[in-house]
Amino acid sequence: MTTTTPAERPETTADGARADERLLKTSPLKKLLGRPELGSVVGAVAVFLFFAIVADHFLRAASLSTVLYASSTIGIMAVPVALLMIGGEFDLSAGVLVTSSALISSMFSYQMTANIWVGVGVSLLVTLAIGAFNGFVLTRTKLPSFIVTLGTFLMLTGLNLGLTKMISGTVSTKSISDMDGFESAKAVFASTITLGGVDFKITILWWLALVAVASWILLRTRAGNWIFAVGGNESAARAVGVPLYRTKIGLYMGVALGAWISGQHLLFSFDVVQSGEGVGNELIYIIAAVIGGCLITGGYGSAIGSAVGALIFGMTSKGIVFAQWNPDWFKFFLGAMLLLATLLNTWVRKRAEATT
Amino acid sequence: MTHDTTHDTTRDATRDATKGAAAEERTALVELEDVSKYYGNVRALEGVSLEVRPGKITCVLGDNGAGKSTLIKIIAGLHQHDAGTFRIEGEECRPASPREALDRGIATVYQDLAVVPLMPVWRNFFLGSEPRKGVGPFKRMDVDFMRRTTRTELLRLGIDLRDVDQPIGTLSGGERQCVAIARAVYFGAKVLVLDEPTAALGVKQSGIVLKYVAAARDAGLGVVFITHNPHHAYLVGDRFTLLKRGTMVGRHTREEISLDELTRQMAGGDELDDLREELDNRAS
Repeated sequence: MTTTTPAERPETTADGARADERLLKTSPLKKLLGRPELGSVVGAVAVFLFFAIVADHFLRAASLSTVLYASSTIGIMAVPVALLMIGGEFDLSAGVLVTSSALISSMFSYQMTANIWVGVGVSLLVTLAIGAFNGFVLTRTKLPSFIVTLGTFLMLTGLNLGLTKMISGTVSTKSISDMDGFESAKAVFASTITLGGVDFKITILWWLALVAVASWILLRTRAGNWIFAVGGNESAARAVGVPLYRTKIGLYMGVALGAWISGQHLLFSFDVVQSGEGVGNELIYIIAAVIGGCLITGGYGSAIGSAVGALIFGMTSKGIVFAQWNPDWFKFFLGAMLLLATLLNTWVRKRAEATT
Repeated sequence: MTHDTTHDTTRDATRDATKGAAAEERTALVELEDVSKYYGNVRALEGVSLEVRPGKITCVLGDNGAGKSTLIKIIAGLHQHDAGTFRIEGEECRPASPREALDRGIATVYQDLAVVPLMPVWRNFFLGSEPRKGVGPFKRMDVDFMRRTTRTELLRLGIDLRDVDQPIGTLSGGERQCVAIARAVYFGAKVLVLDEPTAALGVKQSGIVLKYVAAARDAGLGVVFITHNPHHAYLVGDRFTLLKRGTMVGRHTREEISLDELTRQMAGGDELDDLREELDNRAS
């Protein structure tokens, strides 16, 4: 009895079996209600049905492919932004970082007349470094992430415009479509795959892969446990030896990785990049994550939820077009959706957490 | 030493006497001798002695500002003492960080428990020391083992959870305290330092926590139980150290002192008599 080493503990299987019996008593409905993405799934189904009825072309395969494409461009960023939110922080620089990443890639290759992939590689390193910078400043200064990333947001916006004008002479980059490696890079970041007569953009695959990897990290790895912990109760996490700084810097680098993928997609689909783009997108990513059930104060949420949030975004933005409405209404819908989703999430969580 | 052995066998017939005697033969797990701590010109603690033995509960009693938290912080490695000796298993030392104290087997459960309310019980139980399996990029937490172990470890202390997947925030204060204790026991603590574990709890919840404190003791741990409630202390304590305004005003073994006397000393003794007189006069 005096031994305290874990290995020497006997397994009481009888107790385990008894506990399993009791587990059956908790209703499956309550289990379902406890999922963070439930509210968003209900919302997504409602939005889908709404546009399926209202918009004539909405249910066509080609339309759904367009919806998925629109969702994926948001979803690729919403996944790491959701992870960051679960970890208790924001990143307001995420939107312009996408543009920065595309600009670096394009301009480096063009100026050095190097293979496109060299630029893509340099862009990855620089983008990750910016992400690490965000995390480093945050953890060292202990300033709120809202302020830190607002700072990087403004600095990057200025750098994007200033450096592009200085190097290219205009506000956009030069065309790089005739350079070595453009075709292969385009195949990776911006190609179209035809499945059963319907065209799907490759970003959908990137998106699904990111959701899968992020879910695995969150639910099955030690890092995932740390992410929930630093967002849920920072001081408690520190007290039991969770590496706070490493976790947060890693999360910001995750956002940077998403920005790099999005940025390369932007570059290889349009060939030229406008240096003023990306401003305001950071809020869209955050909204997608919140609609997907991420708690704005951290410690709660899921990667799948952020994907559903992005899907709601895609359906709404394209659905309004298919319904031939004035796209000005998009923002109104979005705002209403955000409020409803947050209310629903709060309600659901309260129900799920209530002890019986 | 001999004194303690006889007291143990006579006092509690249900307790395993041979185990108690064996534990007594070993050196004290933690021993403080004339320990003092100053914050600048403030005397936070002076000349305090304390002894923690395996399978025994040492209670530290004192009113607010008596120096209880300073004492905890020294034992937990958050602060270092300025004078006196601090021995862990007979070896003189001054742990420089909570991690170092933890590595030497001293686990501290603070009042504001290090748990993340929204996380499931099993994730909280292993937080910071997650067991893993698999190789390379597929290295993952051993979730089955974590769930199973959390359940069995809590059952060992007699905590019967409905579901280890429920957020720990849905447990009562007493239950959370118990999970924190179970966690410390599981991760190989030899000494358990409990900072006012019953302070914020109701009567029934306090009883539950005291039961687990006793269970930890029966598992062979040395326990430092910090409290300002002499009734709770006397229910489980083997030794009592009384603090008042940073100094030690009494150090007793269980049979040297009765609950009434302990309560009287704790409540301020003579001061309480004065107070009673004053209140009586006012009433009449």
